[in-house]
Formats: sequence, C-alpha cells, structure tokens
Amino acid sequence: MSAPMSHQARDLAASRTHAPHTSMFVRMLLRAAVLRRGRAASALFAMVVAAAVATAMLNLYVDVQAKLQREFRNYGANIILVGKDGSSLPIGALGQVDSVLAGRGVAASFGLVVARTGDGQPIVVAGTDFDRVKQLNRWWSVSEWPTTTENPDLTQNQGEVGHPSLVGVRALPLVSPKSQDFDLTFQGKTLRISPSGTVQTGAAEDSRIYISLSDFVSWTGIQPSTIQVAASGSPSEITAVMDQLAQALPSTDVRPVRQIVEGEARVLGKTRATLLAAAALIILTAALCVLSTLMGWVFDRRRDFAIMKALGASERLLNGFFAAEAAVLGATGALIGFLLGIGIAAWIGRANFHATVVPRYGVLPVVLVGSMVVTLLSAILPISLLRRVQPAVILRGE
Amino acid sequence: MFIRLVYESFRRQKRRKVLAGAAIALGVTVATAMIAVATDIGDKINRELRTIGANLVVTPQEDTLDVEIGGVNLKPPTDGAFLSDADLPKIKGIFWHNNITAFAPMLPVTVSLENDGAKQDVTLVGTYFAKQLSYGNENFVTGVRNTHPWWKVEGAWPDDNSHDILVGERLASRLGKTAGDTLTLSGRQLHVAGVLSTGGAEDDQVVAPLGLAQEIIGRPGAVRRVYVSALTKPEDAFGRRDPKSMSGAVYDRWYCTPYPQAIALQLTEAMSHSHAEQIRQVSQNEGAVLTRIEGLIFLITLAALFASALAVSAAMATAIFERRAEVGLMKALGAGKFAVASVFFAEAALLALLGGVIGFGVGSLLAHQIGESIFNSQISISPVLFPVILAIAVIVTFAGSAMAIRRAVTMDPVFALRGEL
Repeated sequence: MSAPMSHQARDLAASRTHAPHTSMFVRMLLRAAVLRRGRAASALFAMVVAAAVATAMLNLYVDVQAKLQREFRNYGANIILVGKDGSSLPIGALGQVDSVLAGRGVAASFGLVVARTGDGQPIVVAGTDFDRVKQLNRWWSVSEWPTTTENPDLTQNQGEVGHPSLVGVRALPLVSPKSQDFDLTFQGKTLRISPSGTVQTGAAEDSRIYISLSDFVSWTGIQPSTIQVAASGSPSEITAVMDQLAQALPSTDVRPVRQIVEGEARVLGKTRATLLAAAALIILTAALCVLSTLMGWVFDRRRDFAIMKALGASERLLNGFFAAEAAVLGATGALIGFLLGIGIAAWIGRANFHATVVPRYGVLPVVLVGSMVVTLLSAILPISLLRRVQPAVILRGE
Repeated sequence: MFIRLVYESFRRQKRRKVLAGAAIALGVTVATAMIAVATDIGDKINRELRTIGANLVVTPQEDTLDVEIGGVNLKPPTDGAFLSDADLPKIKGIFWHNNITAFAPMLPVTVSLENDGAKQDVTLVGTYFAKQLSYGNENFVTGVRNTHPWWKVEGAWPDDNSHDILVGERLASRLGKTAGDTLTLSGRQLHVAGVLSTGGAEDDQVVAPLGLAQEIIGRPGAVRRVYVSALTKPEDAFGRRDPKSMSGAVYDRWYCTPYPQAIALQLTEAMSHSHAEQIRQVSQNEGAVLTRIEGLIFLITLAALFASALAVSAAMATAIFERRAEVGLMKALGAGKFAVASVFFAEAALLALLGGVIGFGVGSLLAHQIGESIFNSQISISPVLFPVILAIAVIVTFAGSAMAIRRAVTMDPVFALRGEL
C-alpha cells in the first residue's frame, strides 16, 4: 500500500463518517421541533416567559436604584458648602461647583442677612437664584415665582419700582398684609420690595423673604455664604463629588446633609433587598416551570430515544443530541424572552416611575447562561434516568 | 365509582401527584409571600422614611417670626409665644395616635459660654432624648433619638431628668471638650455627657434636657416647637382639599384618613394655642417615594402571580398529558367527555386545596422570614388572605388544567391506547 492511497482512503472514510452524521444530526434536531410542534412550542413558550420575567426583574433590580435616587433628589440638597468660620464664599464659587457637578446635579447659592422692617422688626432676608431654587427645592409651595428679568438700573429705580421677591407665609402678614410694596433696611440702606408670591414650606423659609441674588449683593454688599448642592448618583459618586468640591474650593467647609443621605441609603437598601428577594422567588418559580415542562417533553420522547439506541446510537451521540436540542431551545427562548423582558421593564418604568428603564445589556449573558443551564438540566435529568432502561422495555411501552 | 376512581388515582400515582402538588404548593408559596410583602411594604417603607426626620411641626399660634441664620437664633429667647409641655402627652390622644411614631419638643435659648476666660454666646436647645411619658394608661418613650435617628453621640446620651448636656462636634472641637468634661454655661457648671454629631446646625450648639433650658430662661413648661414624626398617607387631590369647604360626611372621611393635613389639624386641636403644619420637604417627598415603591412592588407581585400561575398550569398539563392512555381506556369503556373531565377536575381541585394549604403555610413563613431579615419586623398576614389564596389556587389549577383536559377528552381512544399521540 502506498502512502498517498491510504491517505485518500482515510479522507473518504472520514468524509463518509462525518458528513452524513452531521446532516442527520441537524435533520433530527429540526424534525424533532417540526413534528411535535405543540410540545416544542409549549416548551419554548415556558422558556420565553421565564427568560422574560428574569430579564425584567434583573433589569428593574439594577435600575431601581437610579430611579429611586432621582426621587430622593426631590428632597433637595445632600451636600452643603459654607465658608470656613462663617465667612462668605469666594466670588465665582457657584461656577466652580457647577463645573464639578457637570450636569450631575443642581446647586444654588444663598446669602442671608437680618434686615429691619419699616417698624423696626428683625427679619431674615435671603438672596438666591430663583430658577435654581425652583429645581433644587421642589417641595416649596410657591404661589407665583418672581419673574427673573433683571433690572439694569437698580440705584435709579430704587424707591420707585419694588424688587420682585418671595415672601414666606408667616412673614407676609407682618410686612405686607395687603400684598403691597414695602421697605427693608440693612445697615442704613433701604430696599423697596414688592411681593411677587408667597412661599410655604413648614420650616424656616416661612419666616423669610427671598430676593434675587443680584439685588441682594448690590443692596447688602455681602457675597452668598452657603451653597446647597443636590448631587445625583450613588453614595460613592456623591462622596467623590464632595472630595472634588473640597479640592476645588479649599476655603469652604463641604458637609453632607446626613439626614437625607442616611435616610436615602436606608430606604434604597431595604427596597433593593425586597426586590432581590422577590426576583429570586420569581426566577426560581419560572425556572422550575421550565424544568417541569421540558422534563415532561423529553420524557415523552423516550420512544425516540429507545429507537435511536436500538439502531446503535452511542451514548455520546444521544446525550449530544438532547443537549444540543436543549441548548438551542434555551438560547432561542432566552433571546426572545430578553427582548420581551426589556419591554416589560420599560413598561413598568413608564407606568411607575414615569421614566424609561434603560435596557441593561449586561443582563443578557446572565439570562442566556441561566436559561441554558436550566434547559440542559431538564434534558439531562430524564436522559440519565432512561439510560439505565433497556430500549426494548421502552419500546414495548412499559 | 367516581370517588373510587379519584381515590385510586391518588393511591397508585403517588409520585405524579406529589410532583403536581409540589408545583401548586410552590406557586402558592410565592404568591402568598409576595402578596403579604406587597400589602405590608407601604407600612414598612413608611417607617424607614421616618428616619429622614419629623414630617410635622407644631408651633405656637401667635408666634413672632423666627430670626435664625445658620442655626444661630437671633430672636430674644423670651420673645414670642410658647407651647406648654403639659400638652405634649395629648399628642398620643388624637384619632391617629397609633400613627404617631415619635415627637420631640424643642426650646432654643441663648446662653453665654465661658471658656478660659473668654465669653461667647451659643444656642442651647432643650429637648427630650428618650423621655418616659404616659397618656391615660398608655406609657411610651419619645424624643430626638426617635425623631432624629441620624444624630450620633460619642459618649452617652444624657438622662432627661438630669442636667447633663451634649455638645455639638464643631463647638466641642473649638473648645477642646470631650465627653466627661464640664462646661460653664450662664454660670452653671454642667457635665458633658457626650459629643453630638448631626451634620446640621446642632454641630455648633449645645443640646440639653428640656427642663434645663426651661430653668435657664425661667419659664417652666415652655416649649418653642414640637417635631412630630407620623406615618401618613401620600397626599392626593382629596387630601389637598380645604377641610372648611367640606360637608359633614366628606369631612369625616378626610378627618379619618391619615393625610399629613388631617393629622396636622388633629394636632392643632390637641394642643392649646398651637398651629401644626407639615414640613413639606419631608412630607411631600415621602409621599412620592412611597407611591413609587408601593407601585413597583405591586407590579412585581403581579409578575410573581403570573409566574406561579404558569408554573402550576405547566405542571398540571404535563400530569394530564402523561395519562392519555388512561383517558383512552376510560373512553373505550364508554365514559363520556363529562365523566372523564369531572374526574380530572376533581383531582385538580383536591390537589389545589392540598397544595394551597401547604403553600399558604410555607409562604407565610417565607414572608415572615423576609420581614425579619430585611425590615427587622414582622410582616403581618391577615387571615382574610387564606380563603383568597385557596380560591386563587383552585382557579389557577383549573385554568391550567382546562386546556390539557380538553385535549385529553377530545382525542380518539384508539390512537391514545396505541400510544400514538
């Protein structure tokens, strides 16, 4: 025998043993799905539903923190900046805070002084930026926000046109019972104020008068002393923002509002824990549902199994066949279920949080692997039971 | 014959029955646990939200304006009106007294602090830490330790009947004082029980038992304001309506709903010459957070119910499909569709009841476990849930079996017996 010939023969033998094998394998897989459409479809359906529920739950679990953190930002500031030892903040401090935040939150600066009303009563006057406060402190119940068109000639108009202001509900009867304009004095300088609206919060703001920051600075000559920052993000992100703020503004004290930060952490932690428990329960139920459906299906096909075995199929081929079938089913179900689950999560986000839940594609591999594991398990369990049985016994229907 | 059929089916096919029953029990377990958690989550989260602080404040009706900047009170301490601390226990006598988790009176006074010969004015706040009070025959403990849970003390909390004080952490570091030192305030030698850290204005203040603050300004029984922490229902359109414009029955319904406004009105009634108001920062936002979390858990409970219904019906369908030869035999012997179906439905009902009872028990335990491990408190399961859960179990099992039973009774017995279906 020459070497090339034996090489050819080996090639032929190899192509004969492999080619029909693979095509037969694929054909068996396809026929199994087509012939028993009903059972295959119900198994796939169970898989899709389970994957969809798992995807939706995992997606929500990942996303709920961001969603609830947004709700918690309505509580207002979680960081406060004050000048060290009661001094004013450096000029341009708010700009620096804005650049540190870079859109990840809102900040507003406040200046506070004690002024005197016309009859000599002390009253706290605060200067701030109304547009920012509106975003920062959404719980303020304001009858009408002052229009923030700035008056260019403050000194000339002083005494003629009142400066727009927000008057606390408790301060209003004292300074302006008929909502008329009134005068305030601070260190001998008088400012005419016209109440644009009232503010009610149930806290210290009710006894104050808020004017725009530019009016405040030109009237008192005092720069703002406090910046309230509502930074968004996770606790570690907020800590990072605080560190950056402390670096950018070394002359200030940066303090967390512990009340808000701690309360938020507690509620978020408990909600996530509840959600995790619920997700675990639901995913477990869905997985068991898939397991029982698939096991039933595979068990039902013990005749196929027996015929293949009687015709001489090897254990490896049989295992491979059922495993491949399970893997295809798992993967298809997981993909369809993933899309469906994203839809469910998005719907829940819209219905409950009025915001879209961002699809987390990181969930996909988890769902995919999980589905394959469940389907493989539900294929291998009945197979390993059947393996010990003689094909003849199964074919006789016993 | 019918009863014997069902009985024998259970006796002979123990493995299958156990499997189907287990699936039902599991589904019911998940459903029970989730429903229990969902019905109680509002209350649990509401209590967690109370850690953000009091949501109501009671002030004297005819008070002068607060003049306060950065925690420094510039109003003369004896100026304005006061509440009486004799009225405080009455807070526990209002209609919604069970919803009042805690309250703490506050009396800020200005004292002069002498340290190394230098004098400075600081604010001393008198309050309850954990005060024993009683209303009627109900005893309770209340104070800032409940209303302001984020306050942390290095050292010990002072006793409410002592003259010990807490010094705010920034003030303490300026003075170089720690727990155990003494401090001279307005000529009194006071023992510093601990250093207080709050992250707020109190860090620059002294906090003392209420009695001491009253003694300093010489006004026994005086209280400037009271912070009340109450479990409330999120405000809705009805809650925002003005109670004065309501007719009798509508007013009663408003009054008997724990809206922040309704509780504020009851507090105003309970304490003489007072005015109670919601602290909007806390009360408005907690409503929003609460609604979101409740909504989320509700939707997830729906998902759980759906998943467990599916699991039950899958198990039932498999169980019935495996018995098609039996159906074929019954039909070949002359049983009608109705007879066959009724056997299966009777079996399904039995399984559902059995699985339902077991599932309810396990689910209750599971809910209890979730409550203990997440919220450190019991999740209460109302007994009303039991028949509801059983009914759901039976309905879901029937619905899950219906398709499979229909297929079983319509098939040709010849094919079924030859095993060709």
